[in-house]
Amino acid sequence: MSQAHSALAEQFRDLEQQREASSLGMWVFLVTEIMFFGGLFMVYTVARAMHPAGFAQASRHLDVTLGGTNTAVLICSSLTMALAVYASQVGRRRMLAGFLALTIALGCVFLVIKAIEYADKFHHHLVPGSAFSFAAPEARPAELFFSLYFAMTGLHALHMIIGVGVVAVLLVKAWRGRYTIEYHTPVEISGLYWHFVDIIWIFLFPLLYLIGLKR
Amino acid sequence: MSTGTGASVPTLGHENYLNVSYGVKSWLLTTDHKRIALLYLVSITLFFFLGGAFAVLIRLNLLTPQGDLVSAETYNKFFTMHGVVMIFFFLIPSIPAVLGNFLIPLMIGAKDLAFPRLNLSSWYIFNLGGLFTLYSIIRGGVDTGWTFYTPYSSLYSNTHVVATVVGIFITGFSTILTGLNFIVTIHTMRAPGMTWFRLPLFVWTHYATSLIMILGTPVVAITLALVAVERVFHLGIFNPALGGDPVLFQHLFWFYSHPAVYIMVLPAMGVTTELITTFARKKLFGYHLVAAASFGIAVIGFFVWAHHMFVAGVSPYAAMIFSILSYLVAIPSAVKVFNWMATLYKGSVSWATPMLYGLGFIGLFVMGGLTGLFLAALGLDVHVHDTYFVVAHFHYIMVGGAVMGYLGGLHYWWPKISGRLYPEALARFSAIVLFVGFNLTFFPQFILGYLGMPRRYHAYPPEFQVLNVLSTAGASILGIGYLLPMFYLIWSMRYGPVAGPNPWPATGLEWQTPSPPPPHNFDVTPVVSWEPYDFANRPDLKYPAPAPELGHFQPAAQD
Amino acid sequence: MPEHIVPPKIYLVICGILLVLTFVTWGVALIDLGPWNIVVALSIAFCKATLVALFFMHVRYSPRRTQLVVVAGIFWLGIMILLTMSDYLTRPWLTS
Repeated sequence: MSQAHSALAEQFRDLEQQREASSLGMWVFLVTEIMFFGGLFMVYTVARAMHPAGFAQASRHLDVTLGGTNTAVLICSSLTMALAVYASQVGRRRMLAGFLALTIALGCVFLVIKAIEYADKFHHHLVPGSAFSFAAPEARPAELFFSLYFAMTGLHALHMIIGVGVVAVLLVKAWRGRYTIEYHTPVEISGLYWHFVDIIWIFLFPLLYLIGLKR
Repeated sequence: MSTGTGASVPTLGHENYLNVSYGVKSWLLTTDHKRIALLYLVSITLFFFLGGAFAVLIRLNLLTPQGDLVSAETYNKFFTMHGVVMIFFFLIPSIPAVLGNFLIPLMIGAKDLAFPRLNLSSWYIFNLGGLFTLYSIIRGGVDTGWTFYTPYSSLYSNTHVVATVVGIFITGFSTILTGLNFIVTIHTMRAPGMTWFRLPLFVWTHYATSLIMILGTPVVAITLALVAVERVFHLGIFNPALGGDPVLFQHLFWFYSHPAVYIMVLPAMGVTTELITTFARKKLFGYHLVAAASFGIAVIGFFVWAHHMFVAGVSPYAAMIFSILSYLVAIPSAVKVFNWMATLYKGSVSWATPMLYGLGFIGLFVMGGLTGLFLAALGLDVHVHDTYFVVAHFHYIMVGGAVMGYLGGLHYWWPKISGRLYPEALARFSAIVLFVGFNLTFFPQFILGYLGMPRRYHAYPPEFQVLNVLSTAGASILGIGYLLPMFYLIWSMRYGPVAGPNPWPATGLEWQTPSPPPPHNFDVTPVVSWEPYDFANRPDLKYPAPAPELGHFQPAAQD
Repeated sequence: MPEHIVPPKIYLVICGILLVLTFVTWGVALIDLGPWNIVVALSIAFCKATLVALFFMHVRYSPRRTQLVVVAGIFWLGIMILLTMSDYLTRPWLTS
């Protein structure tokens, strides 16, 4: 070993060990995220088992077209992120920057659509709290549904915002040529995070938007 | 070991993590796991004495049957703050964040943890959470009990629930990050030759503990966040009047908080294993089994949580399942105790201070564990639920177990941490004071609970007074037992005799480097070529050979 | 372990399958299958999540350790949901 790579932290022997540690660290973090969202999914499961009809009725007030579009947007953003990781693996700087920019753009599209949906809920008094109004007799379960809707999609949106921020930092560094074939671990592990947030939405979409469609 | 005198204070010459740089900044911005461990030591010691102050107030109030010291409402705040501070801000971080942080890289032959900056931020996050909790204490406290049961916590309580809950939420992330750091470090940073089955049991138990930290803590975090949101926005997630379910809160809370008990006691088991082997001068009996038992406890610990809820309205069928599963935890726990016993058998046992704590741990843990089986029994639990029997049980595990392990470990590794020895006679005396004080405090509570005295009441029928006075008297002895080590350990940092790299001597890799260790732990990356705890085959330690074995058990190879 | 480079073509195929499955789950939700609606919806979601994990997140090409971490996460979520539901689902047995 002649000259240590500038990205090598002093506690590691070599870049390979560093990559292994970072990747495992991200995976372990994602497991904690599974359990973090898992608590909300648990609450959802019990609440829906207690009020199946109320949840179905409340769910009809969500816009399936917007929700479905967002699902597609997020899946496409996962594709661009995966391609960004590929670009970093083969060391193509411009391609990497391009796909990162595309990922940010799709992430923003998702957030804008989400904001439109939230605004609509405010407008129709579907935000839990004192202003909440819903036709009896399912008002209580509906309020519960919307509490969970905002908790789950809100937490997801927060993760999206963090994700967009992280990818933006990657973009700047990628443009400056920080990532090479030897060292691109940050791109890789940020990709893992991005895909994970996508997976959460893959479960949220049917559980929130699709449960009231059948007649 | 003699007590050092002020006249000839020996100095530590070599460059080490303590003298490599000076000044507040060099500590607050350090990424050295050893310095971060000391930062944690300071923080949790402050919280320990804060929680202890509430314990003193509780015991003083219970001196008289009418509870003359404070009103019922204030008493509710006392036991809540005692529980919150002790559990979330002392017991959970105690051994992992101080001893684990200091020792895991040393024990596996690494320069540092895998993510040193993350490690430092864990400490800051911990303190931020602590500040929120301190704020709520200063503003008048919280009275829900450390369990925050809904809908009382989310709707009725007029105290500072949100600030406390936010504090615990934030601190949870410091726990998660510590656990994450440990897991990655143990997986990827082991020195050449340090295979999985050459790891000290201390490392194995910390791995198992970290599993609980990363799998359980996020659940309690999101649950407490929901309580805060529900309280602020008047939602009904856990409120039956609004269509929610309060028992669901208990499920989610105990999904973490039962395994959290193993976060506290598993590291103490790891410490005890190190102490028993070193001071019995013997190879650990059944190394693989003890390592597997650590995992058994961590995994089965997640299957048992509803035994806290037998009288909360859960389905009796589920209660039966949880009762049976709860018995299963006894198996790996018993495996450990029997293996310690087998290790002691025919060992050349010495009575150094850490060993006193180690033996104390075994005895008290056995009592706490066996009474835990009483509580896992569905029928008996209905009788003693929410009585002082439960209080005594979990204090035997948490104080008798976890705190004994913590103090034992602190004494055992103190020469490594500070480079100096503490006054041995005084330390042995205070260990005995602690043991006596502890039993005097909590054994009467078993009897009180069995006779039917409920927990969390500020007054009680006069016939319970004798036992309560005994308990309070014991608590004051216990208090002395805690204060003494703090004084002589601090004293020894300056005036204690120089310990040398391996004072006991012990087999672990952490003893192969100078005390205190240099900034990067080892001058040369160590290569491990020996089995763990193999005292008989370590001529490099210049260790007095173990006493010759007697009788017909003598192995043929030694003839 | 040297890192595995997945050809972009695979990513495109997976993305296509994911989009198709999104439409399938939407379509199935319009049909009344009784209690099976939720089973189908979650099965499809699980398939999609598995595809994302295996290919986009490279779990298929990762060391056994990473795969174990993923399985552990799902396993523990399963423990939480299963054992909690063992309470809720057996409560009606008492009255019957």
